[in-house]
Amino acid sequence: MLDKANNPKPGLNDDIGEDKRLELYRLQVLLRQAEQRAYDLFLQNLVKGTSHLSLGQEAIAAGFAAAMKPGDLSFCTYRGHAHTLARGVPVEEVLGELMGRDNGLMRGKGGSMHLTSVEHGVMGSYAIIGAHLPIACGAAWRAQYKGHGDVSVCFFGDGTTNIGAFHEALNFAAVWKLPVIFVCENNHYMEYTPIGDVTAVPHPAADRASAYGLERIIVDGNDADEVYRTAMAAYAKARSGEGPSLIECITYRHSGHSRADPAKYRPEGELEKWKERDPIKIYRERLLEFGIDPDVMKGIDDGIMREVDEATETCKAAPPPPYDIIHTDVYADGGFAWRN
Amino acid sequence: MAELTYRDAVARGIAQEMSRDPDVVFLGEDVAKAGGVFKATVGLYEQFGPLRVRDTPISEQAILGAAMGAAMTGLKPIAEIMFSDFIAVCFDYIANEFPKSRYMTNGQVKCPLVVRTGNGAGSRFGAQHSQSVENWCMMIPGLKVVAPSNPRDVIGLLAAAVRDPDPVIFFEHKSLYPTKGEVPDGEIVDTLGTAKIVRPGKDATILALALMVPRAIEAADRLKTEHGIDCEVVDVRSLVPLDMQTILGSVGRTHRLFTVEENPRLCGWGAEIVSIVADEAFYDLDGPPVRITTPHIPLPSADLLEDAVLPTVDRISETVRRSLES
Repeated sequence: MLDKANNPKPGLNDDIGEDKRLELYRLQVLLRQAEQRAYDLFLQNLVKGTSHLSLGQEAIAAGFAAAMKPGDLSFCTYRGHAHTLARGVPVEEVLGELMGRDNGLMRGKGGSMHLTSVEHGVMGSYAIIGAHLPIACGAAWRAQYKGHGDVSVCFFGDGTTNIGAFHEALNFAAVWKLPVIFVCENNHYMEYTPIGDVTAVPHPAADRASAYGLERIIVDGNDADEVYRTAMAAYAKARSGEGPSLIECITYRHSGHSRADPAKYRPEGELEKWKERDPIKIYRERLLEFGIDPDVMKGIDDGIMREVDEATETCKAAPPPPYDIIHTDVYADGGFAWRN
Repeated sequence: MAELTYRDAVARGIAQEMSRDPDVVFLGEDVAKAGGVFKATVGLYEQFGPLRVRDTPISEQAILGAAMGAAMTGLKPIAEIMFSDFIAVCFDYIANEFPKSRYMTNGQVKCPLVVRTGNGAGSRFGAQHSQSVENWCMMIPGLKVVAPSNPRDVIGLLAAAVRDPDPVIFFEHKSLYPTKGEVPDGEIVDTLGTAKIVRPGKDATILALALMVPRAIEAADRLKTEHGIDCEVVDVRSLVPLDMQTILGSVGRTHRLFTVEENPRLCGWGAEIVSIVADEAFYDLDGPPVRITTPHIPLPSADLLEDAVLPTVDRISETVRRSLES
């Protein structure tokens, strides 16, 4: 965990610096507005299927993305819009995929839960809980074997810590000393059930770390600076051959588990309490405190709104995917033939 | 040309591919220092070293997940699942991850890997270490499924599987490991999706896979000697891609079709082939296609019971004789 004593005078020109802080701010606002727009498009029935939003959890995606180098790989869950956007995937391609349009990131063949952009290092969003932890291990194994120097990061929710693949992957990564970072976004609810009701330990990820010889790391997942610093340390560790990290980020999702969930199981006042700790609100106040001109932030806010508005209009005007792609890319020959 | 066991052919096939391509890596439980529980991978650790031949914990999800992550980022992993029954504990990768990644990502993600696994009965291991589960995999779009019956095919089809850009599930039959066959010297590379007529004949077509191939051949020999019935035996070899042209060609000549399947009857591979033949070659048939399978049961352990439920040479030859004579 970040030792605040080592950083007695946080400010614009500390270890993070003004440029990086503005990037962290911009990323968080981008994720917020793009996902808010996805939600609005649901209400207009322009986004079909399901969707799992990260509203309220933006500091984690922003903090890690800001700590990555080009070539680093991200493995996400079905709650993966934010992590995908944070790597620089255009809003238009994400919204287009959610809307089932031909301009979508995967032309409508994957949908909200499977956002993937290999060129941006987003190696997939996985909708089976826990599946991607071992997959991230494999990508890290390739980096280790080939000496490539990149690091794989794997994001998942608190509910994932109770499935077998989590434990298999943690042990595997530790034994093989793989350059992989496991990031648990503890938003307090597995789906509809409080994580504490179904987990033997108070901290679902961090309290398991010692079983795999790993450090117990808990960070404030609503503080982008703290996430960024923790991420930087984990990347440095992985790149120096010191093996995996398991990081539990404490956060809260403002929306329900998925679009079908009004989240009536929350105790009264809980959401309001967490909205006081909204990561973007926290960050905006911090930047003001550091003397950033409010107009600079307004410029960022306006630019993002324009980007999201333009992306929305482009997607609304985009055609649906053609039927002929139904039968493509089942096999590597481009088609779906299973017999002669 | 040398005589080699099916078991040694596995190691030779892996070694051939690892020697050719440094991106081929191999992982699994007890596969490295111990040489595999079936001794099918002896010597690979010594030859290729600990970075390329790696022992894993008993973590089938981690094995297949790691293979996938390595494959999608540039390696060509071979993963071993010790007994094919254990596919059930890591089926997510086989059913949901390997085969759907290319499609869901509109072709962005590639998954060129091979899962080798010990399949089939005959070792008296009971219902959880003896199954033939090739049909579990055959039904999944995006996978390829191979099951060799002899040492030469082990090497050639394994090489083809490793070089294939799609995920391939490679079923080795446990009861074939000690069997021997002639294998040519030098590199052997076969073609996926090609069935092989292993015994030509004119009176009936018998399709078989893996351990059922030598039994079908022996039954055909007996039918010829004792009853003058001349059967063509086709080793299907690859369920996906499926070489229907060879099968339809054979049925077109013999006009009768029998399948010999070790899997339990429901949804066995023969059912799909019979349905295709009924669709496309119905008027070539002189009689109903007949499936010779294990019954719809979990496998018993006792030797006499296990022997009683698998298709035997006796059952194959008797079934064919009765069908042709009726």
